[in-house]
Amino acid sequence: MSEVLLEVRNLCVDFGALAALKDVSFDLRQGETLGLVGESGSGKSTLARAILRLIPAARGSVMWRGLDLLSCDAATLRRQRRDLQMVFQDPLASLNPRMTVGETLGEPLKIFEPALSSLERRARIDDMLERVGLTRTMADRYPHEFSGGQCQRIGIARAMMLRPKLLICDEPVSSLDVSIQGQIVNLLLDLQREFDTAMLFISHNLAVVRHLSHRVLVIYLGRLVEIAARDQLFAAPIHPYTRELLAAVPDPTRARAGTPMVADAKMAAGEQLPALDQVACGCAFRNRCAYAEPNCALSAPELEQVAAQHAVACHRRRELVYS
Amino acid sequence: MTPTLVIESLQVTYAVAGRSLAAVRDVSLAVSSRECLGIVGESGSGKTQVFMAAMGLLAKNARASGSARFDGQELLGLAPQALNRVRGSKLTMVFQDPMTSLTPHLKIGVQLAEVLVSHRELSWRDAKRAALQVLERVRVPEPQRRLQQYPHELSGGLRQRVMIGMSLLCEPKLLIADEPTSALDVTVQAQLIDLLDALRHELGMAIVLISHDLGVVAGLADRILVMYAGRVVENARASELLQRARHPYTALLLKCVPNLREARLERMPCLPGQAPSPAAAEPGCAFAPRCPRMTERCKAERPPLRDIHESAQVACHYPLFP
Repeated sequence: MSEVLLEVRNLCVDFGALAALKDVSFDLRQGETLGLVGESGSGKSTLARAILRLIPAARGSVMWRGLDLLSCDAATLRRQRRDLQMVFQDPLASLNPRMTVGETLGEPLKIFEPALSSLERRARIDDMLERVGLTRTMADRYPHEFSGGQCQRIGIARAMMLRPKLLICDEPVSSLDVSIQGQIVNLLLDLQREFDTAMLFISHNLAVVRHLSHRVLVIYLGRLVEIAARDQLFAAPIHPYTRELLAAVPDPTRARAGTPMVADAKMAAGEQLPALDQVACGCAFRNRCAYAEPNCALSAPELEQVAAQHAVACHRRRELVYS
Repeated sequence: MTPTLVIESLQVTYAVAGRSLAAVRDVSLAVSSRECLGIVGESGSGKTQVFMAAMGLLAKNARASGSARFDGQELLGLAPQALNRVRGSKLTMVFQDPMTSLTPHLKIGVQLAEVLVSHRELSWRDAKRAALQVLERVRVPEPQRRLQQYPHELSGGLRQRVMIGMSLLCEPKLLIADEPTSALDVTVQAQLIDLLDALRHELGMAIVLISHDLGVVAGLADRILVMYAGRVVENARASELLQRARHPYTALLLKCVPNLREARLERMPCLPGQAPSPAAAEPGCAFAPRCPRMTERCKAERPPLRDIHESAQVACHYPLFP
């Protein structure tokens, strides 16, 4: 097994009185891809940002190769930044419109490898542009001249310039056409193999996550509800929320024939995520859950191991294993 | 079935920096009453432009020619006042981004009621009552409270429900939904598709559903029309098109929809390359450079949209099915 790079333990993030993330713990190894799945408002991006200390955490620790990123001083953190990179959801908005693509890609080199001559820098930029499927001549152009898919390639190139050890991708394909989502996913797969990068890949679509994750974390209202190895999760999902996410993936071959896509009446009635402050006690998912019982309102279920590489936070996990 | 909207030989061109760019090239289609027509294509395929032209919502540097008749009335070239009587009442449109299509500083109730005050000349009191009913119709929980809220207080899915509700206020004959779920989670997307399906049966209206995702369109459409580079390349009943896609582009689009049904492949299926620029004017098939079945003939000669049978058309020299 490769080295554990990142150990997140009991990470909590509060927005005022609201607990946006509650006791999130997981490990990430070198070369491993962890898929993080949940709906808007479930805390996916909050988790990504808290790990990189872009927002403050209330409690917990983020150990990065033995260093606690949450408590180290600013200068130490800054030195680590070259190994911790991020790709964002909106490919155009995450690029500086006034900088050419070459300037954007050169910036991390200027900061972390100041000894490079401008010629060497240009060579590194050209190499990376070709590596992500663009051409050298694009270095002199501006972001608005590119399509969404091309902008996302530029965003990935920027993140990979310093060959980071950890790449966090926050919904990198959600704003792209279905027809080119695969191009970006395949590019990330190739880059990860080539550079042995660890990756945290965030998405609300389980069908996308399935393609590149070794393990999958499912998050609901700031709490991890299921962690499993990929094949385990897709073959035998246990948490009712995971099952709901799986059922929502659109499938063009599924016969319509008047059957609603949303089987659960509560969901179909348009019930949304409950407000974070309404789930102070008990299981956060119980109001949407077809399997809820009185016990679910009394105590919040802890994440418990149900099989090798499979943990679930649900009071009824034992019955659900076989259903 | 009588057609509600008939579009014939529609062309949309943009004047950009002295050049003329063709966004829509000779598109004809018809939407029957009570039908749901799905329009599928990538960004830049012209799928939205067709309906923006019909609604008179094109940008200032755009020109539309051809014909777009709604209920027998020609919409292209119609005076703004006459157009306003049709738009927002009998012919309505819902857009992709539910945040930017609502006015941020007006309460939901005011925005909904305003439609009826201006189109139907209702009193504010009656209009507010109708607004409450329409929120119930689109299954917004706690509708009374929502009327008093501002758009930013609602989730994306709820905002889109409000937008759909707003478009239903004047009992439209045709609702055009342009990527209504693309900005939303898959779970919320599934809810909205179910809602649209229920509404069209309850209200007996036609729907045009525009999306880049065949998976979404498959959940709702009776008929699907595929666009590429400003042209219609395939048009067939949904069940037929999804099972026997004739155009190679349609078949590839279908393969690209990430699904959980098929075994996971080492690489995720995708379309290679990019859609052509609207400035391109090659003589052959616009899809040829990305097509696995391309021949010399495809590069030289553009395949016309031809009838396969009475309800199926394809524009390809070498379709996958006869």
